[in-house]
Amino acid sequence: MSALVKLEDVCKRYDDAIALYPTNLSIESGKTMVLIGPSGCGKSTLLRLIIRLIESDSGSIEFDGKPVTPDNINALRRRIGYVIQEGGLFPHLTARANVLLMARHIGKSEEETHNRLLELSELTRFSQDLLPRYPLELSGGQRQRVSLMRALMLSPELLLLDEPLGALDPLVRASLQKDLKEIFTRLGQTVLFVTHDLAEAIYFADAIVLMNKGRIVQKGSITDLRERPADPFVSEFINAQRGVSLQ
Amino acid sequence: MKLHCTSRSGGLQSAVGLRRLGSRRSLISAFLFLPTACTFAAPVVVGSKKFTESYVLGEIAKRTLTDAAIPAEHRQGMGGTIILWEALRGGQIDAYPEYTGTIATEILKSDSTPSLDQIRDSLEKLGVGMTAPLGFNNTYALVMRRSEAQRLGIRTISDLQRYPDLKFGLTHEFLERQDGWRPLRQRYSLPQQNIVGIDHALGYSALANGSIAVKDAYSTDAKIEQNDLFVIEDDLHFFPKYEAVFLFRSSTRADAIAALRHLEGTLDETRMIRLNAEAERTKNYARAADLYFNVGAALAPRTSGHSGPSHIDDSFPHKLARWTLRHLQLAGFSLLLSIIVGIPLGIAASRGGAIGHVILGFAGVVQTIPSLALLALLVPLPFFGISVRTAVAALFLYGLLPIVRNTATGLQDIPRSLRESAVALGLSPIARLWQIYLPMASRSILSGIKTSAVINIGTATLAALIGAGGLGEPIISGLNLNDHVTILEGAIPAAVLALLVQWCFDLLDRVLIPKGLRL
Repeated sequence: MSALVKLEDVCKRYDDAIALYPTNLSIESGKTMVLIGPSGCGKSTLLRLIIRLIESDSGSIEFDGKPVTPDNINALRRRIGYVIQEGGLFPHLTARANVLLMARHIGKSEEETHNRLLELSELTRFSQDLLPRYPLELSGGQRQRVSLMRALMLSPELLLLDEPLGALDPLVRASLQKDLKEIFTRLGQTVLFVTHDLAEAIYFADAIVLMNKGRIVQKGSITDLRERPADPFVSEFINAQRGVSLQ
Repeated sequence: MKLHCTSRSGGLQSAVGLRRLGSRRSLISAFLFLPTACTFAAPVVVGSKKFTESYVLGEIAKRTLTDAAIPAEHRQGMGGTIILWEALRGGQIDAYPEYTGTIATEILKSDSTPSLDQIRDSLEKLGVGMTAPLGFNNTYALVMRRSEAQRLGIRTISDLQRYPDLKFGLTHEFLERQDGWRPLRQRYSLPQQNIVGIDHALGYSALANGSIAVKDAYSTDAKIEQNDLFVIEDDLHFFPKYEAVFLFRSSTRADAIAALRHLEGTLDETRMIRLNAEAERTKNYARAADLYFNVGAALAPRTSGHSGPSHIDDSFPHKLARWTLRHLQLAGFSLLLSIIVGIPLGIAASRGGAIGHVILGFAGVVQTIPSLALLALLVPLPFFGISVRTAVAALFLYGLLPIVRNTATGLQDIPRSLRESAVALGLSPIARLWQIYLPMASRSILSGIKTSAVINIGTATLAALIGAGGLGEPIISGLNLNDHVTILEGAIPAAVLALLVQWCFDLLDRVLIPKGLRL
């Protein structure tokens, strides 16, 4: 198993608040790793550091064995897909134009992109009839499917998902969860998935990383977390979520 | 004294822009070649102030030069004394009619009463020559309705001391002049407290309907006779002499100077009053000037449409087309500059920080300067002066703020998640700007441009104050002549134009704002 992404002593501070203490983490190829924790625990910060929407104060990040630098980040971003909670679709572009944006930007042939688009719409179960629509004409679930198509367009090695299902109602969410998991499996996709929902984490994760207050508290399977908590916070977090789901 | 009339500082007065002879073509070409300030054939340029007599004298000078086979043009109604003087010294004009009293007090700032020779010597040192007097003295005077003067038994200014309740309506310039109201009041110990500043032309109406009792006028003003006014005698000889002369740059070609000198001593007061009256009656300055050259023929009443061959077609539709075209050129060209400069500034300002504050602060400050003041500030600068350039520059500055601010706001209003999505996709910074940020801000940017366009259409009417033409011409003429119809000839088309522009931009919104943002 090789690490596609490797963080070493990466830390991030905002003024006097520390968002992420020096942190080490490896993301294995072909696996889904889920970052979970309460709001403000640093899980989104970690994701945004990898795609360099924010810059780390110290430490290093390697992608595919090479350090990520300001010079190569734009090329690397094209090997990474990124989906956020609200989808991040550009409202002035149709679903189709959103998906094809980068492929056109880097000059891929129309034929190639068209075929890829058909593939993706089948993969994400997004009807081709809806492709000419603008984001505002789509439902929340449809928008997330388009966002996923856009992220997958260039066949990225890594998929970063920042609470992608957080804004959806439970039924839509359940159906998308199922579709997503199928897609990851089918593609053998390396995924880093951020959520605050334990059930979702358990459903997707090959490995769960629990974070709190800017640190990784424990990393492992759900069994590890339940039976061998590294810290009282781990049990507290798991029990709290179980309480909610029982209701 | 005299700036006579009209023009006072506050003012829109002016008169007329009336007829620019010959000029449709030259106006347009001046505009097209604006940046290169054409000076090819280098005609002798005669300027005039914004009141009837100055226009007429300017026309006479132009005709005189033309008759002597010297190419000449007349820039009518450029402004007040200071503007004309600066234009003369700056080389934008070669000659203009002036009055000795004004030269002494306003230009040379002399406290005493210098002789003609002393004035000539002082001007010589400044590179300016002066003709001998043209023959009439146009001094300030106080006037009132003849019937009222008789009723009160007022003959001299000293008599006014007995009527402390009389209301005076004085031009703004007279109120401010060193040889104007304040020293006059002191000299005669006048007790009146009820003094209002009023435009010269409007003052005659106020006098007629009794809202004021006394106003300032100048002694060759045709309105004195027309309105049956009484000139109150200056019994203490307070008002200095205001003999009309031409000032010219010493470097002006010798044959032009010689031609102007032919005018010396040829115009007495009666004749000047008559020319002024003709000009005001017909609102045609060139025709009034004709009177000077051809007394017999010109005195005969002319049928309309009988203007000389040198006149362009001055039917109303043609004038309207000319004003409107010019207006659109002024507003359009300045708007284009505002867009070209404003959008990049808005992009820079949207990034915030010190630069953003400086940009928005500057644009905001410009907007707070009254438009008249901005024009006045630009006129003395070397590159500008009395020109279309100045008008375009002022309109450009006014148009800047709405575009800069709306561009900055439109960009700043793009949600952070969408900016980050554009970055995370790996789009280059330029692609992000062109494909994502600017289209998303297009509604705000276009609405800024629309605001600028409408403001420009309105403000461009002021361009006529510095002789740049447009629909302000009839408005300013009308104000000067107290002629409401003429004012409306400019005001209504300007308003209609503003509405049309607004409507065109509303249509443009549908083309330029991406459909996805209009859902």
